Amino acid sequence: MGCQGHTMHRCHSLDLHLLPGGGEAGVKAGSWTVLEIVEALGSCLQSPEPLTRGRGLQLLSQVLLQCHSLLQEEEVTHLVLFYENRLKDHHLLIPSVLQGLRALSMCEVLAPGLAVSVLKAIFQEVHVQSLPQPERHTVYSIITTFMHTREEELKGLGADFTFGFIQVMDGEKDPRNLLVAFQIVRDLILRDYVLGPFVEELFEVTSCYFPIDFTPPPNDPHGIQRDDLIVGLRAVLASTPHFAEFLLPLLIEKMDSELQSAKLDSLQTLSACCTIYGQKELQEFLPSLWSSLRREVFQTASEKVEAEALTTLHSLAACLSRSLLNSDTEDLLDSFLSGILQDCRHHLCEPDMKLVWPSARLLQAAAGASFRATQRITSSVLPLLLEQYNQHAQSSQRRTILEMLLGFLEIQQKWGPQDEEESALLRSRAPLSSVVFSALTDRSVQLQLVGIRALTVLGTLPGLLAPPDVELVVDHLTRLILDADDSQSCMAAMEAAGSLAPLYPGVFSGRMVRRLAEELQSEREEEGQPSLRARCRQALAAVSTHPSIVRETVPVLLQCVQQGQKGSVPADACDVVATCQSLQRVAVQCQGDAESCWYYHQTVVPRLLAAALQATMQEKACPPLGKLLLEEDTLTAMVPVIRAASTHLSPELAAQSVSQVVSLFLDGEVSFLPQDSFSCPFRPFQAGPCAASQRRLVALLMAFVCSLPRDVAIPQQDRLLRELLALSCSCECPFSATAAAKCFAGLVNKHPAGQQLDELLQTVVNRMEAALAAGPCRSQALTLLLWVTRALVIRYHPLSSRLTDQLLGLLGDTELGPSVADGFSLLMADSPDVLHRGCHADVRIMFRQRFFTDNMPKLVQAFHAASPDVQANYLKGLSHVLNYLPRPVLVPELPTLLSLLLEALSCPDCVVQLSTLTCLQPLLLEASPVLSLHVDTLVTKFLGLTASPAMAVRIAALRCIHALASLPTPVLLPYKPRVIRALAKPLDDRKRLVRKEAVVARGEWFLLGSPGR
Amino acid sequence: MVGAPGGGSPLENANPLIYRRSGERPVTAREEDDELPDSIDDREIFDLIRSINDPEHPLTLEELNVVEQVRVKVNDAESTVVVEFTPTIPHCSMATLIGLSIKVKLIRSLPERFKVDVHITPGTHASEHAVNKQLADKERVAAALENSHLLEVVNQCLSARS
Repeated sequence: MGCQGHTMHRCHSLDLHLLPGGGEAGVKAGSWTVLEIVEALGSCLQSPEPLTRGRGLQLLSQVLLQCHSLLQEEEVTHLVLFYENRLKDHHLLIPSVLQGLRALSMCEVLAPGLAVSVLKAIFQEVHVQSLPQPERHTVYSIITTFMHTREEELKGLGADFTFGFIQVMDGEKDPRNLLVAFQIVRDLILRDYVLGPFVEELFEVTSCYFPIDFTPPPNDPHGIQRDDLIVGLRAVLASTPHFAEFLLPLLIEKMDSELQSAKLDSLQTLSACCTIYGQKELQEFLPSLWSSLRREVFQTASEKVEAEALTTLHSLAACLSRSLLNSDTEDLLDSFLSGILQDCRHHLCEPDMKLVWPSARLLQAAAGASFRATQRITSSVLPLLLEQYNQHAQSSQRRTILEMLLGFLEIQQKWGPQDEEESALLRSRAPLSSVVFSALTDRSVQLQLVGIRALTVLGTLPGLLAPPDVELVVDHLTRLILDADDSQSCMAAMEAAGSLAPLYPGVFSGRMVRRLAEELQSEREEEGQPSLRARCRQALAAVSTHPSIVRETVPVLLQCVQQGQKGSVPADACDVVATCQSLQRVAVQCQGDAESCWYYHQTVVPRLLAAALQATMQEKACPPLGKLLLEEDTLTAMVPVIRAASTHLSPELAAQSVSQVVSLFLDGEVSFLPQDSFSCPFRPFQAGPCAASQRRLVALLMAFVCSLPRDVAIPQQDRLLRELLALSCSCECPFSATAAAKCFAGLVNKHPAGQQLDELLQTVVNRMEAALAAGPCRSQALTLLLWVTRALVIRYHPLSSRLTDQLLGLLGDTELGPSVADGFSLLMADSPDVLHRGCHADVRIMFRQRFFTDNMPKLVQAFHAASPDVQANYLKGLSHVLNYLPRPVLVPELPTLLSLLLEALSCPDCVVQLSTLTCLQPLLLEASPVLSLHVDTLVTKFLGLTASPAMAVRIAALRCIHALASLPTPVLLPYKPRVIRALAKPLDDRKRLVRKEAVVARGEWFLLGSPGR
Repeated sequence: MVGAPGGGSPLENANPLIYRRSGERPVTAREEDDELPDSIDDREIFDLIRSINDPEHPLTLEELNVVEQVRVKVNDAESTVVVEFTPTIPHCSMATLIGLSIKVKLIRSLPERFKVDVHITPGTHASEHAVNKQLADKERVAAALENSHLLEVVNQCLSARS
C-alpha cells in the first residue's frame, strides 16, 4: 500500500512538473532525453494498477505527440516495440497506446519494417469497432499516415493489409470516421494496393452505406453535411471497374426505390461509374438499366429525377461509344441504341402525341453521347419526324414535331464538320429544308419562330443548304423582317440573319442588304409607315456581322443620319436617335475585328462630325431641320456611337485619329472631314457667330477623347484642358457646359500623376472656388466640381477628400444644396458616357466602400450641425450613397446610422423616403435587437408612408411592415390591431402592385401570435 | 363544424392528380405607371387563393386543381367576389375546411367593401348544400375562427410555404 501510495505521489509530482509543456519543452530543448522521461515514469509504467499505468502512458504519449520529430531512430524503434507490446495491456490503456503509436507513425526516422509491424499488431490485438469514436479515428489516422509515407512497405503486406483494414472499418457508424475511411478505401484502390480475394468484402463494407441517409444534428460543430458523405462514398464506389458486378445490381435496385434521394444518388453514382467502365462491365446489366431509366422519364415524378436519368443515359451511351471493340465482340452501342429506338420510336408517331416529349428527350440524350450515336439515332428518327410533320396539319402539332427535329439538329451541330458523305442528315436534305420553309410561311407565329431557329441551325451545318437554298433562306428572312405582322418573328429573323451572315456574306449583302437599302430609299419618297423604316435600320445593324457586310450597311445607316441634316424628309429626332442606336450596335459587333473596327472608326466618326458641323452652319438658313442634329437627344445618341467606335482602337490608329479630332476642335482644321468647305470657320472654344451651337459639339469631342485607351497621348492636352475648363465654368448653355466638364473630368482621370497634374488641379480648384463663391455661373461650377470629384474619387487621388469636403459644405448652401444632394448619385453611380471601366478610366475597386467609410462620419456630423431647413439635403445625399453601396457592406453599418434613418423617414422627399425604406428592410428582416426599441416610431412612420403619393414608396413601406413581423412577437403584439386596421386601406389601393404587398403584409400580421403560424 | 385532419388516419385521397402551377403574373408597363389605376380582376383574386396549402397534402389548392381561375368571378364596381372550388373527391371531408380557408384568406386580403361568396362547384361534392350553407353563414364562420384548434389549421393553410 505504502509503495503504491508512493508511486501515485511520484506520478502526481511528475504530472505537475511535466504538464503542461514541461516535459515537451525539456525534450525539445535537449535537456531531457526520451529515455530519461521513460525512466522517470518507470515505476509508474510498471505499476500493477491499470489506472496508474494508464496515467503514465498517457503522459508519455502526450510528450511523444509534441516531440516526435526530434526522436532518434533507435529511440523510435524501442518505443514502437514497447507500445506494440502495450496493445495487449488492459483495455483502459488502449487510448493512450494508440495516441503514442500515432505520434510514432509520424516519425520520419521510423525504421523500415516497423510500419508493417505496427499495423499487424493493431489488426491482431485491437477490436477497433468496440473502441469509442476518437480512438477509432486515431487508428484511421495511423493507417492514413502510413499509406502516405510507407506505401511500398504496406504493399509488401499484400492482401493482408486490405483484409486488416476491412476488419477495422467493418461496422463504422460515425460520419467523421466514415469520411476518413472512405478516403482510405479510395486510396487503396487508386494506388493499386493488392485487393486479392477481398474485392467483394471491400465492396460490402463500403456499399452498405449506400444510399447515404444522414441528417446532421442541429448545431453540429463538425459541420459534416450529407453531401460530403455522398461524395466521399461515390468516389469509392465509382473508383474501380472491379466493383461493377456488385454495384450495378445495387444501383438498379435503389433506382426502383420510393425515395427520391435514393433515386438521385443511384443515378449520379451510375453516371460517375460510366467514366471508368467499359462494355465488359455494363453488358450484362444494360437491359435492366435501360428499363429503369426509361421508367424515370416516362413516368416522371420529379423534374430533377428526370433530368438526372437523362444525364445518366447520356453517360451510358457515351461510355459504350468509347469502349474499344475486339473483332469478336458485338458492338454493344448498336444494340443498346436499337433497344432505345424500339421503345421510343413508335411514341413519336402516335396520334395523341402523349409520350412524344419524354421519348424525344430520351432519344436526344442518347444521341448526344457521340457522333456514332447521333448518326445511328438521327438516321432512324429523322425520316420518321419529317413524315410525321407532313401528316399532321395543325400548326401546334407541327410545331411540336419541328421542335423535336430542332433538338436533333442541334446535336448534329455539336460534332462540327464531318467528312462522312452519307450522313443521315445529308440524305434527308431536301425534305428537311422543305419542312423548314413550310414552317416559315405558316400563319402561326409560334411555328414560325421554331422554323427560324431550325433554319439557323440548318444554315450552320455544313453542306445542308444548297446554294439555291441559301438564296431562298435569305429571301425568307428578308420577307419576315419586312412583312411579318408579329414583331417576335421579325426580331427572330433579324437574329438569325446576324448568325448566318458571316457564313454566307455574299448572299446576304447581295440580297438582303440591297433590299433593305432600297426599302429605306423608296420609303423616303412614299413616306410610308415609320415602323418599316425602323425595322430596316434594325435589320441592317443585326446583319452587320461580317466585315464585307459592314462596309455596305454603314454607309446606308450614315445616310439616314444625314437625311436629318439635309432636310429632304421631315425626319424627327426619334428617327435619328434610332439610327444612332443601330450604328452603335454595328460598332459593338465590329469591336472584335481590328480591321472592321478601324474601317468603322474611319468612316463613321468623320462623317458624324461633319454632319453635325454642317448643322451648326445651317442654323440660320433653315432653323428647324438643321437644328435636328444639334438637339440634346440626338447628340446624346451620337455619343455612344463614337464611344463604341473608339474604345477598341489599337493605340497607333487611335493616335492618328486623335490628332485630327483635337486639331479640329482647337484649330478648326477640317481637312480630314469628307466635306471640307463650310460657310464659317469651326471655333467652338472662341466667341463667334455660330459659337453657341458649335459648343454643343463638345459632347462629341468628349465621346471620342474620353474613350481612348489610357496609353494614347493626346496632343496639345494642356491647351485642350484649359479650353475645356474655361468653357465649363463660363458657358451659359448647361448642355455644353456639362459636356465640357465631363470631358475635362474624363481627361483628368487618365492624366498620369505628378507635378503637372497637381498644378492643373490647383488651377481648377482656384477657378471653381472663385466661381462657386458668387456670380452667375455657380451651378456650372458645381457641375464641374461634381465631375472632377468623381474623376478623382474613383482613382483614389489624395485631392478627392478635399473636394468631397467642399461638396459636404455646399450641402448646407440654401441655393445649391439640393443640386449637391442630387449630385451625390453622380459620384456613386456609373455614368454611361465617361469615367467607367468600359472607356478605360482609372477606376479602383471598392471606391464606393472607401467613399462611404471616409465620408459617412462627416456627413452625419454635418447633418446634426445643420439648420433644419437644409437638413433634408444631407439626408438625400446620404440616401444616394447608401443606395449604391453593396448590401453586405451596408448592413453592419446600419445600426450606427439608425437615428439618421429614422429622421429620414419623416423627410418629405420621395427619393429620401424610398432609399431609407430600402435600407431599413434588410435590417428589419435580420430582426436586429436595436430595432425593437423603436417599434413605435417605425410602425407610425411606415403606416404613414403607405399613403404616399408615389407608388414605389407605398410598396417599400408595405414591404417594411411585412419585414417588421420578423421582430419578436411580444414586442409587436400591442400594435397588431392597429396595423391590421391601417392596412385595410392599402388593400384597396388603385395600383395592383401595392395591393399585392398589402395582402402579404396584412396576412403576416394576422398570423402574429396566432396558433398555427 | 369540421374535424381537423386526423393525426394517424390514412389520407383520403393518397395519390391525387397534380396540376401545373401558373407562374407569377408578369408585371406590365401599365401596372408600373403610377398614374393609371388597375382594377381588381379575376386573376388577382385567383393569385390570392392559388397558393393556399391543402390541409392534407404538401401541395397548393392550385396544384390539386381545387381552385381554377375560370371559377373565380369578381366585379370590382359592384364589390362582389364569387369563388367556386372543387374538392378532389366527392366525399372529401376537408371540403368545409378548404372553403373556410379560402373565405378567411379573401376576408383578410380584400377591401372591406367586398361581399365574398365561396361555394363548392355544383355537382362535385356529396354534401355540397350543407357545406355551402355553413360557408355562407357569417356567424358560423366567426364562431369557427374562435375555435383555436380550427384557427390553427386555417392559419397553417394560409402560411407562406417555406
